[in-house]
Amino acid sequence: MLEIKCPYCGKRSQNEFSYGGDAKIKRPELGKEISDKEWDNFVYYRDNPKGKHSELWHHISGCRQWFKVSRDTASHEIFKTAKLDEDL
Amino acid sequence: MQKYSIFSLIKNSFSNHQNWEPAWRDPELKKEYDVVIVGGGGHGLATAYYLAKEHKITNVAILEKGWIGGGNVGRNTTILRSNYMWDANGLFYEYGMKLWENLSQELNYNVMYSPRGVINLAHSDAQLNVFARRGNSMRLNGIDAIMLSKEELITKIPFADFSNSARFPIFGALMQPKGGTARHDAVAWGYARGADNLGVDIIQHCEVTGFDVQNGKIIGVQTSRGNIKTKKIGLCVAGNTSLLASKLNMKLPIESHVLQACVSEPVKPFLDHVVTFGAGHFYCSQSDKGEMVMGGDLDGYNSYAQRGNLPTLQHVLSEGVAMFPNLSRLKMLRTWGGIMDMSMDGSPIIDKTHIEGVYLNCGWCYGGFKATPVSGWTFAYTIAQDHPHELNSKFRLNRFHTGHLIDEKGVGTKTWIG
Ligand SMILES: Cc1cc2nc3c(=O)[nH]c(=O)nc-3n(C[C@H](O)[C@H](O)[C@H](O)COP(=O)(O)OP(=O)(O)OC[C@H]3O[C@@H](n4cnc5c(N)ncnc54)[C@H](O)[C@@H]3O)c2cc1C
Ligand SMILES: [Zn+2]
Repeated sequence: MLEIKCPYCGKRSQNEFSYGGDAKIKRPELGKEISDKEWDNFVYYRDNPKGKHSELWHHISGCRQWFKVSRDTASHEIFKTAKLDEDL
Repeated sequence: MQKYSIFSLIKNSFSNHQNWEPAWRDPELKKEYDVVIVGGGGHGLATAYYLAKEHKITNVAILEKGWIGGGNVGRNTTILRSNYMWDANGLFYEYGMKLWENLSQELNYNVMYSPRGVINLAHSDAQLNVFARRGNSMRLNGIDAIMLSKEELITKIPFADFSNSARFPIFGALMQPKGGTARHDAVAWGYARGADNLGVDIIQHCEVTGFDVQNGKIIGVQTSRGNIKTKKIGLCVAGNTSLLASKLNMKLPIESHVLQACVSEPVKPFLDHVVTFGAGHFYCSQSDKGEMVMGGDLDGYNSYAQRGNLPTLQHVLSEGVAMFPNLSRLKMLRTWGGIMDMSMDGSPIIDKTHIEGVYLNCGWCYGGFKATPVSGWTFAYTIAQDHPHELNSKFRLNRFHTGHLIDEKGVGTKTWIG
């Protein structure tokens, strides 16, 4: 069982959270003219490393905040968690 | 190749089964091959088999970092079906079902294909309507599909909870009678033996670590056992696809996730079919040894760990108990996990790439075991002819760019929704 430290509530068990995937994805800015390729990248392409991965988690059965987690995808070690406007 | 039959069985019993030939050789790695298949899972083995058998390309190596059958091909819950709604999937998987029917004869290896019927339970009128639509689409593509009433179900799966007080009462079901199961190890071993017999070199414990590309063309492969030359490579590495693609500077619409399964202690015959729960994600069947074979959801976060976590298992099994209450009395024997190559629309990719001589077979999500024969068959064609066969002509890599997604209900990673 993963233990994830919500930056707002502290350490809780995995059951309280849901996963939101690659944290590096940025929605293209509103109104900005962008290429199809950039849209594709935003919608379909994700980092998929073996090792350190920055990802989003949602404390859905807790404070309901989204936040960032740095986790190893092979060992499941969690290195750090941070609020969305903080650096990992 | 030593043929397996009742006669060879009797003959070998006289020498206490000490003199059987090995099912495949353990050859030295050559310096050069016409085609190198990376990954000795079901898809890689089947691809090599059909390259040799259908396209007469026999100077082929399969490079496997572990051992044959140690990946997902030996970790799945062995369900075979073609109960898809979209044409691209339905026609592809149905061709696969035709291959399954004769696979034991084709390979002279008993893959224990068991068309015991796959039943998808419906728990509301709306769900029954959706299943009827899917069943009709299947029949339009020549795939067998029938609707079952609650009364018919009671005779087929008497141990399910048919009471009205069930949390999700059973209303009826969609059934594909020819769906069923096969023995996964036998599929890997049968294809390995068949490919080896046609001249393919199966090289185990040989990890591909890099590629040599020159002027947009593949010329060689780097491995833990040295470098070799080749004109064509086919990637069949399931959950590891992104890692190898990144060595070719390719990013793919794929995420790697762990899927778990488990088996119970063996019990007497209890369930004749494969049954899926319609109000969640749970499926089960009973193995020939009597174990209940069960699985369900992904753990739900990127993983290369080949082992899962308890909360998901608990969740999946609580769905199982809602469906068959007496499952709660069984002890679990084993649980395990495998790394799935989850594509962004839930459908596979069998295609060439922008690098000449590099071919891609991935994106199998939860359901690549049933595709083993047809995936190998179409991938061999794609590699040999340098263009996709009509059957895999929709499983292109550029569909994420052109918008021609094949988004069969909710089997992709779904991250783009959230
Ligand atoms: C728990 C579970 C249940 C499942 N249930 C079903 C089911 O009921 N029905 C169904 O149809 N499908 C099911 N699947 C999916 C199915 O098992 C897979 O989609 C399918 O097996 C993938 O293709 P494969 O057999 O070629 O993969 P694998 O057997 O995983 O083969 C890939 C091989 O590539 C090798 N490899 C990786 N990297 C390298 C490298 N760098 N160099 C050399 N070799 C490398 C690996 O060691 C591995 O042996 C299930 C999967 C799991 C995990
Ligand atoms: Zn919180």
